[in-house]
Amino acid sequence: MSALQLLYPIRRHGVRALSSANRVSAGLAAEPIGLIAGLLVLAYVLGAVLAPLIAPYSPAATDLAARLAPPSRLHWFGTDALGRDVLSRTIYGARVSIMVGVLTVGISAVAGTALGMPGAYYRGGIDLVGARLVELLQAFPYLIFAIGMMAFLGPGFWNLIWALALKGWIEFYRLARGETLSQANREYVEAARAMGYPSSWILVSEILPNIVNTVAVVATLRLGYFMVLEASLSFLGVGIPPRTPAWGSMINEGRNVLFIAWWVSTIPGLALLLLVLAINLLGERMREILDPG
Amino acid sequence: MRLLRILHRALLAVPVALGVAVLAFFSLHLLPGDPVQIMLGDTNASLALVRSVQHELHLDRPLYVQLALFFGQLARGDLGTSIVQHRAVAAMIAEALPATIELTLAALVIAVLIALPLGLASAIRPGSWVDRAVLSTSLLGASMPAFWFGLLLILFFAVDARALPTSGQIDASIGVPPVTGFLLVDSLLARNGAAFLSVIRHLIMPALTLGAVFAAVLARTVRSSMIEALGRQYITTARAKGISEAAVVAKHALRNALIPAITVAGLQIGELLGGNMIVETVFAWPGLGRLAVNSIFARDYVVVQAAVMLYAVTYVAANLAVDIAYTVLDPRTEFG
Repeated sequence: MSALQLLYPIRRHGVRALSSANRVSAGLAAEPIGLIAGLLVLAYVLGAVLAPLIAPYSPAATDLAARLAPPSRLHWFGTDALGRDVLSRTIYGARVSIMVGVLTVGISAVAGTALGMPGAYYRGGIDLVGARLVELLQAFPYLIFAIGMMAFLGPGFWNLIWALALKGWIEFYRLARGETLSQANREYVEAARAMGYPSSWILVSEILPNIVNTVAVVATLRLGYFMVLEASLSFLGVGIPPRTPAWGSMINEGRNVLFIAWWVSTIPGLALLLLVLAINLLGERMREILDPG
Repeated sequence: MRLLRILHRALLAVPVALGVAVLAFFSLHLLPGDPVQIMLGDTNASLALVRSVQHELHLDRPLYVQLALFFGQLARGDLGTSIVQHRAVAAMIAEALPATIELTLAALVIAVLIALPLGLASAIRPGSWVDRAVLSTSLLGASMPAFWFGLLLILFFAVDARALPTSGQIDASIGVPPVTGFLLVDSLLARNGAAFLSVIRHLIMPALTLGAVFAAVLARTVRSSMIEALGRQYITTARAKGISEAAVVAKHALRNALIPAITVAGLQIGELLGGNMIVETVFAWPGLGRLAVNSIFARDYVVVQAAVMLYAVTYVAANLAVDIAYTVLDPRTEFG
């Protein structure tokens, strides 16, 4: 194949991605809820990235004289049992949630699609092995599996991501498999095959662009779910190690002082709720725009 | 014919259950470092103690022997011995299980009581303010972490701890002779009204917490399957025949809408089981979930292994039950 033909899939993917992104942003901007949700997510991401600049205190800075202080001008959301500023810790907590969520979804989506597409297209060995593996992993409820894995692996950032992704890829696997199956009999695929293009090329540059939109929508809709899972695991103490500020562990720390310092547990939970809500709204809007079928 | 299909389905579940057991077995070997050292707290555990625990857990035998011993024990109903409490794990689980079942059933009841009418009301008038209210509330419920919701409930409702207690299953001062292990049933059997009320009061908040998230998903499902069922031709026919709207909804649409609703509900059972662990921890409910989480921190991995296995097998059984219910409800189902 000529060099030009090899560049073709890259250009095609790029053009498709740009046009989808265009459609999504135009569609979001056209309607208030989608716009607010999108801006909220953007605000969270910016806040997480710029945390050292915008957080009034260091998240680890303790002030034992001001323990469990209610919200005031000094500490907008109060302080926790060690005198740490809740606002700052909440801002830094966004980093963990966003990174865990995005990484888990990314790995799951890539792995699931990479395994599901060839499975559906080529059938045979890969498909059978994949199906059995999926069945076995599916036997565990998600949280139970994650808790079990984290119990044995121990708390840690990457442990958490692997524990979540190990079951997370299944949904994308099924999605990619189903979509590839339905695309495989289309005329453009037949045409490409008739023209002599190798199967791998067909998968990557013909079929993949057509299923990417659906994968992106599902990925967005699952993002919030993974974030809540991470928070649940951190809440139980088997997620992010306690030194790193994470919303789930912050909520857990606030349990003991719930009646005397409601802000310690309530604020991080509110932050998580708003973010997940915004992401879910975004995902639903995306689905309406990109995948109305 | 249908019976054969059901049997076939049940048989297919067996290798999955076995696979679960194997995975559970291997999980002990996932531990970074020596499992026994970790379990004993890797302090100054003497070599003799470590060796004896290793021998007790058969960790000094080759892997395939361990696997065979594991399944042998499993077949006899022996789930191992707790490192921390030195009791049979099976007994510990048998003590904790009824409380979990009570909580989960109560949550299911609450969820159905909330979701069914809301989903119906929403489906009958799509686009109305009722519909939009239900949709937004269910989106909120589905985006909310259950443990935070539980804490919020505690904050708002449990200021007077006697009215709605925040932990435990029953007032510590009340004793109920254990007959079935299910406190609700036992207190009725003992004709102890105070005990019964006490359990109910303790049950409300955890069941509400666990049920609320489930209700959010269920409401949406009921709504969409009802909307679909109401759009079918036989409904138009029934209306044309002059059947009252109430009868149309109740007799014709509802029955057919329930089928996909049950399927989706079945898929959500996994979430319910997972949420069960969380809610039991938040409310100190003495069930399997709290046992599992406490065992994780006590490094009692034998118990953790057994608990995870039990949850998974329950999930497999529940999915099987949903499959069977599906066949019974909809005779047109073909199993692929």
